[in-house]
Amino acid sequence: MKYLDEYRDPAAARRTLAAIRALVTRPWTVMEVCGGQTHAILKYGLDQLLPSEVTLLHGPGCPVCVTPAAKIDRAIALASRPEVILCSFGDMLRVPGSAIDLLSAKAAGGDVRVVYSPLDALDLARRERGREVVFFAVGFETTAPGNAMAAYLARRDGVANFSLLVSHVLVPPALEAILSSDGCRVRGFLAAGHVCAVTGAAGYLPVARRYRVPIVITGFEPLDLLMGLHMCLSQLEQGRAEVENQYARVVREEGNPAAQALLHEVFEVVDREWRGIGVIPSSGLGLRRPYEELDAERRFGLEELASPGEPASCQSGLVLQGRLKPSECGAFGKECTPDHPLGATMVSSEGACAAYYLHRPPSPDAR
Amino acid sequence: MSDFSASCPAPIARHERVTLAHGGGGRLMHELLSGVFLAAFESPLADRDHDAAVFALGRGPGRVAFTTDSYVVRPLFFPGGDIGTLAVNGTVNDLAMAGARPRFLSAGFIVEEGLEIATLERIARSMQEAAAAAGVAIVTGDTKVVERGRGDGVYVNTAGVGTVEHNLRIAPASVRPGDAVVVSGDLGRHGMAVMAAREGLGFESAIHSDCAPLAEPVLALLEAGLEVHCLRDLTRGGLASALNEIAKASGSGIAIQQQALKVDGGVRAACEMLGLDPFYVANEGRFALFLPESQAGRAVEVLSRFQVTAGAAVAGRVVPTDPGRVVVFGLLGVARLLPMQSGEQLPRIC
Amino acid sequence: MCLAIPGKIVSVAGDDPFTRTARVSFDGVIKEVSLAYLPDARVDEYVVVHAGFALSRVDEAEAREVFEYLAAIGVEGGEGPEEPR
Repeated sequence: MKYLDEYRDPAAARRTLAAIRALVTRPWTVMEVCGGQTHAILKYGLDQLLPSEVTLLHGPGCPVCVTPAAKIDRAIALASRPEVILCSFGDMLRVPGSAIDLLSAKAAGGDVRVVYSPLDALDLARRERGREVVFFAVGFETTAPGNAMAAYLARRDGVANFSLLVSHVLVPPALEAILSSDGCRVRGFLAAGHVCAVTGAAGYLPVARRYRVPIVITGFEPLDLLMGLHMCLSQLEQGRAEVENQYARVVREEGNPAAQALLHEVFEVVDREWRGIGVIPSSGLGLRRPYEELDAERRFGLEELASPGEPASCQSGLVLQGRLKPSECGAFGKECTPDHPLGATMVSSEGACAAYYLHRPPSPDAR
Repeated sequence: MSDFSASCPAPIARHERVTLAHGGGGRLMHELLSGVFLAAFESPLADRDHDAAVFALGRGPGRVAFTTDSYVVRPLFFPGGDIGTLAVNGTVNDLAMAGARPRFLSAGFIVEEGLEIATLERIARSMQEAAAAAGVAIVTGDTKVVERGRGDGVYVNTAGVGTVEHNLRIAPASVRPGDAVVVSGDLGRHGMAVMAAREGLGFESAIHSDCAPLAEPVLALLEAGLEVHCLRDLTRGGLASALNEIAKASGSGIAIQQQALKVDGGVRAACEMLGLDPFYVANEGRFALFLPESQAGRAVEVLSRFQVTAGAAVAGRVVPTDPGRVVVFGLLGVARLLPMQSGEQLPRIC
Repeated sequence: MCLAIPGKIVSVAGDDPFTRTARVSFDGVIKEVSLAYLPDARVDEYVVVHAGFALSRVDEAEAREVFEYLAAIGVEGGEGPEEPR
């Protein structure tokens, strides 16, 4: 595939690794933010091929992992109402809320449907006028514009039986929260390329300056990740702390103005709870006036729905912040596996724990 | 500065109800089969590790293979086939995986009230065409009708019998460390062909299901005197599930090379678009073959004579390490685990 | 997160800028996506698509830049994107 396969060239990847080895003179810890980047790093084994001086930590860039259990409980409550069709991206279906997941709710009779695009959910609402269609709107800034468009068109076209259950989160506040936490080991970031395709580089400059960390906007293929790492490590070796763009073939400095405009029209910045981390101020998006009428929690009176507290004993919060590697968790691979997960980071295939489990190096004799 | 507290969701307890994931071909389905059904059915012949039961019937020297399977695909018609072709070839292939010559099939239909008779006629014609192509006869069957809203159009069950004309024990227990693993062709066509036709997730493509009978090439392998240790057709859950089943049942490890596995460009593109892993996507005309490494070249040569197995290639080896696990060596030579999936693969945006 | 892959615009439809769509080809697999966020996108251009929305154009010159950077740090042999037809 054009613009994909070229960036997976094994020979070039190996040579870039050699260049990285030649570059580093002391230990550095870098965090890649996006779950998709974590997935690629582990799939291609990049973390095992890097020199030992370079430690890669995996950040909270998995919107599935950070969606609060209480929000999933509300999705389940909605799905259980006979008049509701709950539409969701496939990613969310197997993440447990406080007790069960959406797939189990479907098994118990809830009308839960997987969609590829939020516009598919809107189209469903247009066709099924006698039902209430609720779209589970999760994601970072990459996904928010699409969800915003669904809200905008629903209001514009008077699709009264459509609403959104919103759980959007923003990346820069999460980076700040990580950088300001005790014991933060992160010295540089590989920022999420597709998020930045929407937002541009602007939100990262204050973070780079305030905490003196290099931030390199990076793509998702092996050559992108290795080039991004090389750029980040070069900055660290040279004592620089700038925002650079490795993924310039997709990311423009200013991002996507049309998407940003509609985000401002439909959403406003709110405080958000991040599962495993807690509330981070001004870290999420909520529907603003006059789109509040499309808020499913309002429409169905769920704002006061109480959720049982989450039991302790899982360390996914520390993993999400990059303070613990999945393999360092005592439950990893034992009580906690993708089949019987303790935390969201093990359920979602983009979650650091699941990615580690999937790609955990087997015994070296296998070859 | 925020105060972070580590917290986590409660684990999902043992399932009290059947979910769609139980039908996905992965770990949950296996738990359902062994925990509910095999636990109740007491016959030692009900070898959950293999597709067909093989036994002697009557006083003659030969053995018989017997199998059944049910088909619940939606949509009923998809590029490259329909529920009818699936129902015939699926059962023919289960028999072929025992090294049997498929002979006779039964066909049972559970039809939803309101289904057009013309649709049933189309399915029946497909089944006869597939049966003729596979050299089998559909000789008995049954039909039931259920109320509208309870049937997805139609469900089909086929059972099949075949004759076993070799003396090998073709089963996971025969797999040995050092055996070669041969994969008979490219991966993921069926799953993506069906996905292309699904509402909401659909897309335009030239992808056709690989649904096809496999008895001829398998019988050719046996006729060539090759020491076939095990065969497993790749269905729901894809290559990964089939290899995991064999690894677990044989107690050996399996190591495969990513570069040796083929995925057609269109299938790959569709998988990339929906975030699916081709190793877990369904096939309906592909199998994995386990045999001594010294015979692998000859096996590939025999298979290359048949169109359905023209893409056969050695994909890896059975290894004494990592018992019960499947390991893939990726593009950069780094090994990673290819685990059994717990349920069906869902399209993702993350 | 944020699975988005590059594809080529094969055709464009619709007058309403909010509901304008494109048929995008990913190696022959064609999906209809929203062009609401790329109002100037044209046939034959490559775009990255996420959850049914085209979010950004792929810039050919920048695509090659990756290989120029790699060559500069001493990595030779990687092949850039094929020449556009």
